[in-house]
Amino acid sequence: MTPLALYTAAGVGLFAAGLWGVVTRAHLFWKVLGINIMGGGIFLILLAAPPRLDPLHADPVPQAMVLTGIVVAVAATAVALGMALRVAARTGRPFLDEDVPNRSAGEDDPGSGRE
Amino acid sequence: MILDPIHWAALGVMGPLLAGLVAMEGRPRAIRLGLLAGIGSSVAATAGLWVAVSLDGPLRHPLGGWGIPLGIELYADGLSVLMLAMTALVGTAVSLYSTAYFGDISQRSVRDSPAGRGARFFAPLWLFLWGSLNGIYLSGDIFNLYVLLEIMGLSAAAMVTLAVTSQATVAGMRYLVISLVGSMFFLLGVALLYIVGGSLSMERLATLDLAGPLPAIALGLMTLGMAAKTALFPIHGWLPPAHAAAPAPGSAILSALVVKGSFYIIVRLWVHVFGGGAREGLLVLGILGGIAVIWGSIMALRQLSLKRLIAYSTVAQLGYLFIMFPLLFPAGGGWSPDAWSGGLYHALSHAVAKAAMFLAAGSMTYAVARDDIRAISGVAHRLPMTFFAFGLGGLSLAGIPPSGGFVAKWLLLRSAVEQGGWGWAVLITVGGLLTLAYVLMVLRYAVDQTEEPEAFREVPRRMEWAAMSLALIALLLGVRAAEPLSLLEAGGIVPWR
Repeated sequence: MTPLALYTAAGVGLFAAGLWGVVTRAHLFWKVLGINIMGGGIFLILLAAPPRLDPLHADPVPQAMVLTGIVVAVAATAVALGMALRVAARTGRPFLDEDVPNRSAGEDDPGSGRE
Repeated sequence: MILDPIHWAALGVMGPLLAGLVAMEGRPRAIRLGLLAGIGSSVAATAGLWVAVSLDGPLRHPLGGWGIPLGIELYADGLSVLMLAMTALVGTAVSLYSTAYFGDISQRSVRDSPAGRGARFFAPLWLFLWGSLNGIYLSGDIFNLYVLLEIMGLSAAAMVTLAVTSQATVAGMRYLVISLVGSMFFLLGVALLYIVGGSLSMERLATLDLAGPLPAIALGLMTLGMAAKTALFPIHGWLPPAHAAAPAPGSAILSALVVKGSFYIIVRLWVHVFGGGAREGLLVLGILGGIAVIWGSIMALRQLSLKRLIAYSTVAQLGYLFIMFPLLFPAGGGWSPDAWSGGLYHALSHAVAKAAMFLAAGSMTYAVARDDIRAISGVAHRLPMTFFAFGLGGLSLAGIPPSGGFVAKWLLLRSAVEQGGWGWAVLITVGGLLTLAYVLMVLRYAVDQTEEPEAFREVPRRMEWAAMSLALIALLLGVRAAEPLSLLEAGGIVPWR
């Protein structure tokens, strides 16, 4: 098994594990964590990208992508956790429920859609 | 003075982002200044690029002089400019509407109210969103697309939660989770594509012979991620609650513009990078789109909330955009220019009409303080202009001539009939009739005068005018279709193959 294949398999495994967490766990914290694990799997694959121009040195482009990806992931995680806290504060529970008690109705109350 | 036309592209991306920072300051003057700067830079960038692309064809620019393979390239062709123009048009009207909708934020009492959060943060979020959309339409490389998608997704989800209801908070959170997972699928596709192709540039990737299973898997992953963000059936469940719960200007932006950003990426990938991909894949996209047209329309007919009805209509209308894919590449080989023009013209005319409808619906719910189609009884009488704007937008959506929606649906229909695709033709027609049904249903309630609403709040003129001007543009798109359509062909229809 080549290193690329090994890393790719591990990365895909992490991606799938993270996705499993997002889908099956109801608690928002686990969902956010699952998304981070998916990202970690992708970064692992990128780091294993083979050298392209010069066989002795690693390809800098995927490394730059991972660095940028980490920055984006930090920002996204911060926003997601902040919003999860607000969900918990508004509904009393950190879950994605359809039927939540409406504590403060504003002018944009979605009303009663028949579904 | 040497002004490279591509500087317009830099202005289109950086202008709204910087304007968003200004608006972040939060005082009413800063918010107005930010919105004006956002409108100015986007309109100027669109106009400049429109002229440049019409004259010289597609433009490319390596940012900072760093070319491929290391650098980030900006790219603009007719398709990019059409999407930029759509964003600038709708964005300008929504920006003006928002200044009236959120109330007089120079008053401290308004600013400090729970709804004041909307007033305070709508403009910066919208401007960041605007910059990211412009960036998506001008990006030449797929990793850059990922970064911009995340800016778009974060600001769009946050915009939903500006409404102070717990439904809005939950809907926004669900949207954020879907959006982030969609981006992860996209990024995994980017990683695989880079390992196979050794480049991030879409143009470079298009020249490679991307055969074998790995590029196909990459395309599948990226398409899945973008389909989730575009709310393609069956991943559409998050859209109606999110789009309905957002404050009205936010609903207009989400339904008219944000879903088009991810749709645009699907078009670029399938048409330009993969040159049509596989016939089976195109068919799957088309069939899911067809189901979305029927399912979304039936669900729209069953709603009692006005904004949910319009949101389900978005699910249905987005379906048409995917019916375009199998029609683009006929079974016998070749290319259908009618499907190309019709599909993308539908993206444009839906954006304008849907924004007009959401803004008009926002004015109606603003007036009666309830989002229920039974509560808008008598609105036609009290708010004639808003009623008219909603009607015009709805009729354009249904494809009644002369309107932008009619031109788009006619072109799609012609392409289907020419290929002998009678199934598609029936779908397009039935979808139009269903659209007409739910639009007429709302209009009937609005005309009804049996029940006088208890409370009726005065609607600012600016809100009424913003919706009306978009509705008139939706109509104009049916009369003057030649200019935008010729833009799509600037520099060849499919320039990369």
